[in-house]
Amino acid sequence: MKSKNIKTVAAGGLLDRRSFILSGLALTTISPIASFASTGSEGHSVIGETLPSWMKVPGKGATAYGLPSSHEQHVRRHLEKNTPETSLFSIWNSPIENQRGIITPSSLHFTVSHNGIPDIDPTKHQLMIHGLVEKPLKFDIDSLLRYPMVSNIHFLECAGNTAPNAVSFTALDQSCQDLFGQISGSEWAGVPLKYLFQEAGLKPSAKWVTVEGADGGSHARSIPLEKLMDDAIIALYQNGERLRPEQGYPMRLFLPGWEGNANVKWVHRLEVTDQPAFTKDESGLYSDILGDGKIQRFSFHMGVKSVITHPSGKQRLPEKKGFYEISGLAWSGHGKIKKVEVSADGGLTWALAHLDSPILSKSLTRFHIPWQWQGLETILLSRATDEHGNVQPTRDQWREKYASYSFNHFNGIQAWHIDNNGVIKNVYI
Amino acid sequence: MFISNLRRQRYASCILLIISIISIEVYADDSTSISKMNLGQVLTQSEIEKYSITIYPDGKHLSKGHGSVAQGRELYNSQCQMCHGEGGIEGPAARLAGTNGWLSFSDPFRILRIKEYPVLLISVGGMWPYATSIYDYIRRAMPHYAPKSLTNNQVYELTAYILYLNELIDENVRLDETSLPSIKMPSHDLSVDAWANYIETAKINESTQNTDH
Repeated sequence: MKSKNIKTVAAGGLLDRRSFILSGLALTTISPIASFASTGSEGHSVIGETLPSWMKVPGKGATAYGLPSSHEQHVRRHLEKNTPETSLFSIWNSPIENQRGIITPSSLHFTVSHNGIPDIDPTKHQLMIHGLVEKPLKFDIDSLLRYPMVSNIHFLECAGNTAPNAVSFTALDQSCQDLFGQISGSEWAGVPLKYLFQEAGLKPSAKWVTVEGADGGSHARSIPLEKLMDDAIIALYQNGERLRPEQGYPMRLFLPGWEGNANVKWVHRLEVTDQPAFTKDESGLYSDILGDGKIQRFSFHMGVKSVITHPSGKQRLPEKKGFYEISGLAWSGHGKIKKVEVSADGGLTWALAHLDSPILSKSLTRFHIPWQWQGLETILLSRATDEHGNVQPTRDQWREKYASYSFNHFNGIQAWHIDNNGVIKNVYI
Repeated sequence: MFISNLRRQRYASCILLIISIISIEVYADDSTSISKMNLGQVLTQSEIEKYSITIYPDGKHLSKGHGSVAQGRELYNSQCQMCHGEGGIEGPAARLAGTNGWLSFSDPFRILRIKEYPVLLISVGGMWPYATSIYDYIRRAMPHYAPKSLTNNQVYELTAYILYLNELIDENVRLDETSLPSIKMPSHDLSVDAWANYIETAKINESTQNTDH
């Protein structure tokens, strides 16, 4: 590694975001030389002798529906422990520290359900539109599949993601999955809702739509018509295949950038109204309590946020004074990520991280920056800014706005403490 | 020969131009072509009535019926208490009564309960702005293990009992479709509408941008 290629850009060992690539090239030129050692009796040797077993037998056939390697069984969703433990209300967090890129495999996408996952027969499922429309309509799935579709890559985040850091008096020693696992990214494809509303014909007094699922609890949310006529879709596909049951099979409402709970799964009914219904979730669990005791309702947007996933909580850096690539995710419910700054000295100095393409609106954006750990205790931070100038607040700035027991929409800057043994812990700064 | 070839080419390119103009026009007017899909089928009034279960704050869609606090207590103790606790505050399922927050004079153990189940930080009585939402949610989703199994009268009974646990109605009150929407919840006047504020800010920004031009 030639030092002339590497530029320090902030204290704590943060290096220029391009230097890892340059130094990597220098390293790869060394390795081929070692493989030309001569052994002498070449004519009698069998190349298989020293090679691994899987290189000496024919492999297995593929299967009709592929599965991850059996060696990756540790990469699993975790059931969050502190909700009333029934299968009916459950929160499963995605292992984001085991993923790279911006797409979460559908099997690992976080999932929250308040009344369990229904087993819906798609041939008997219909999407109904009624209320303040000229023509009340119903659509079966075969009809919906014929409409023009859009497909876009977006994040989905539960309003309660990272809630422990919002309300816990002490920073809990938890993993990235435990603290941040209610965020995922997918390609969602489906029918823009405006096509269906145009067909039904909206009456002038139409303002809100009560969107209801066909699950046991008939989950419902009131959604402003502006959003539904903008970029909302009836999603039918996730990552190229039809939705998984825990994501709303056979169809869900998808609202780019808005809190997960409003993206009604198993959607079957849209009642166009002139008023919100104040359903269970918008009345209670998905309202926010402000610092002055006021209760904020219909705060749909997920704010600008980021987290370093590599390295992160409950991990240990394997090599003292080693060379690492810090990597993480940033997102904003308002638009594109403009920049992510990283600090390796607890916030005294900051450096710009590299943003991987594609940088998409209301989507996960992957960032990274090379880092030479100096082997000393330190704190890693990341701070995202979106294209509208929204900057991720500190934890204290966020808590100034909300009551001490308000836990939704927490987007404070995450701090990972590293001790001089390389052990990483969640901390408040 | 050469000239006629040239003419043919000209004709061909003219025709191509016309075709492309037509196709551009058709493509640009996509709302027309999409509305021509018309694959939605008529939803009949009886279908709407069958599925239209949402109750609105003004009482829209409320079914006729009634229920008393005493009837509600009996039903609550047999079907709800095991998840919500005897007083509606113990959990593990969502807290039905009392204020929001960490501490409560009436419940010295609240902080211990919250430590186990953080959702107990908030309560129906402390958060919900309209009593109609209680009726709506019980009727569509409760009890958790057998949703949509209660009669309309039973839903009035349970709604009455939850309001009684919150000291919002007296023990002798009988709740019905007229009295339910008139009950004022403590958090009603504390509500702030983030969406209305968002739209307002967006409008201000837009008009500022317009005056800049």
